Amino acid sequence: MQAETRPPEGKLKVILGYAAGVGKTYRMLEEGQQLAAAGRDVVIGYFEPHGRQDTIAKTEGLEFIPRRVIAYREREFEEMDTEAILARRPAICLVDEFPHSNIPGSPRAKRWEDVLVLLAAGIDVITTMNVQHLESLNDQIRDITGIQVRETVPDWVLKRADEIVLVDLTPGALLNRLDRGVVYAPDKAQRAKENFFKEPSLAALREMALRQAAHEVDLRQGQDLEKPSAAAPFPGTERILIHVTGAPGAVGLIRRGKRVADYLRADCFAVAVVPGPGLESLPDARREALERHLDFARKLHIETRVLDARDEAEALVGFAHTNAITQIFVAKPQRSRLPLIATRYQLVMRVIRMAQDIQVTVVAERRGREA
Amino acid sequence: MPETGRRRPSPDQLLKQVEAEESHQRRGRLKVFLGYASGVGKSFRMLDEGRRRRMRGQDVVVAAVQAIEPPEVQELLRNFEIIPPRTDLGGPCIDVEAVKRRRPALCLIDGLAYRNPPGSRNDERWQDVEDLLNAGISVITTINLQYIREKQPQIEAIRGRRASDSVPEGFIRRADEIEIVDAPPEYCLDRAATGDPVVLEQQLSELREIALVLVAEVVDAQLDSYLKQHGIEQTYGTQERILVCITPRSNAELMISRGKRQADRFHGDLFVAYVEQDGLEPRDRETLEWNLSAARRAGAHIEILHGEDPVRAILAFAEKHGISQIFVGHSQRGGFWRKLRPNPVERLIMESSGIDIRIFPHNEPGSVT
Repeated sequence: MQAETRPPEGKLKVILGYAAGVGKTYRMLEEGQQLAAAGRDVVIGYFEPHGRQDTIAKTEGLEFIPRRVIAYREREFEEMDTEAILARRPAICLVDEFPHSNIPGSPRAKRWEDVLVLLAAGIDVITTMNVQHLESLNDQIRDITGIQVRETVPDWVLKRADEIVLVDLTPGALLNRLDRGVVYAPDKAQRAKENFFKEPSLAALREMALRQAAHEVDLRQGQDLEKPSAAAPFPGTERILIHVTGAPGAVGLIRRGKRVADYLRADCFAVAVVPGPGLESLPDARREALERHLDFARKLHIETRVLDARDEAEALVGFAHTNAITQIFVAKPQRSRLPLIATRYQLVMRVIRMAQDIQVTVVAERRGREA
Repeated sequence: MPETGRRRPSPDQLLKQVEAEESHQRRGRLKVFLGYASGVGKSFRMLDEGRRRRMRGQDVVVAAVQAIEPPEVQELLRNFEIIPPRTDLGGPCIDVEAVKRRRPALCLIDGLAYRNPPGSRNDERWQDVEDLLNAGISVITTINLQYIREKQPQIEAIRGRRASDSVPEGFIRRADEIEIVDAPPEYCLDRAATGDPVVLEQQLSELREIALVLVAEVVDAQLDSYLKQHGIEQTYGTQERILVCITPRSNAELMISRGKRQADRFHGDLFVAYVEQDGLEPRDRETLEWNLSAARRAGAHIEILHGEDPVRAILAFAEKHGISQIFVGHSQRGGFWRKLRPNPVERLIMESSGIDIRIFPHNEPGSVT
């Protein structure tokens, strides 16, 4: 009932690519130019020129909102000036590099948080990002490229976008651009080719961008499309429980569980079991790790619970039954020197035995970065 | 986890590679701009690329334009040499002989799906393109999803009508490069508008999804052949591949339907495997047949596996096919002796690597729960 006091939220459009140089910024500016030509009030909130002449030319005639200068460790950094944009109140704001992390001392930690502020003020935003910055793909991206992407955007933020547009380019064409010095200066281009810009990695990233775009298009279609069939009498909604611990693998488990939940449009809970009462019952190191992981889950918009119980498996399965959970996500047990039969008494095997009518997904180890 | 390694290619492989590269050099390269509707900007993208290549010194001509081109496309067209079409057959068609005589490095052809008038060199334009490629001339062309032959039944089900011209999907998939020209449906609305805009937007959105997935599949296949050509043994987890393992006793219908749903939602692949067992009772054989037919209806790839050790057979298959998730049934039943040995589910979990295992309980009558 706040409709009277709040302006309608702005619309968010994300231009999605798979690498630097595919043409996201160009596309964003092109759209800005078209909207400006149609008489809309368009400003550039943040633009990263990378010295690309074609792209810089596309900014001609568009108003720039000057960046804000922030001093950090005796150096000066420039960030988007969200407050200045709010004061200027344009209809549409162009914001390059959605996943960017602001320098400490900025009003908000992430540029996507700045964008949410603009949207809340009723300003439409067109922004750019690469698929590898999506949180739920973080582990897969590391497997493909060997690079742990640190600037990530939670999936729910992308879901918030009203429209996603894919900018496609073949890796061959991208590598040509790199060779011609269109993407980076020569020394940086050479380094890029040795690291990220390898043809198979680029092809794999491109495939992921295409698939993500297909998924985003799918998500934005009517919800009533799933028709009951003979094989699936009625598609009951799934409810997923992710078992959260302080173990290093928990982050990968949370990402994976949330991704599956999102694709299945399932409700999702993250549940930790402690001997109790409360997290305080744990030794410091374990408590800190667990808190970090629960916090990570909350950042992904997963509802978290902490249960007090002596028997972890029993508590998990009990929670699952009372909350109509259909699928429990647990981490794969560590390989031990004990005979295989001994693993039977580990948590996972006990959960499987106790779950009865609930499915259990044992998520493979993913050497993911910590939360 | 992906296994990375470099195999030294055998002499045979090397020879094949050299031959493939040579024939590649003789043959022109084909690039396709795919869109899901008219109005997304395919022609513009093609001509813009042609323009940039000309600026870099390539010899570029245009051999076919659409009957109606939007103003921005007409503007771009002015910069190109156009090989006039033949018009002596009652309708325009590409003058393949004239293009071959002119021998450009690159020929732009707007609108790949086109039936040539009777008496032409080829029935369809994609065959003209094939001739040009064989003559060593590279081609960039455009196509709208609705003209891809194998996609037409699916598109007809969405749009309620079928385009008359078509191009075989295989021709598109064999292209050296394919790029999708993506834009939100509103960009094409005004050009295709008839009927309810909400319905139309929904239909266009479905076509858009099909086009994106098609290109993703082409990219996946190209990546696969690149890795093979270079002797790199690595699987990338770019695609969800679900393997449902069924037995006569498992709750196969539920597992298959859940597998299908997950594969559909992820635009992934569904495999259903059964490990051959000796001495099946007739009743079990019947159940199995029933389950396999459910798998066929779900469009799964079906595989009968053989092997002394079912767990090994499943894992070998899964590794070979880049499976990301295995669905397996789990019986609560088990006598005293079975409790002393690790059961197959426990072994699958512990012996697999980089694969998620989803366990479906099945409580049979008389089972211990």
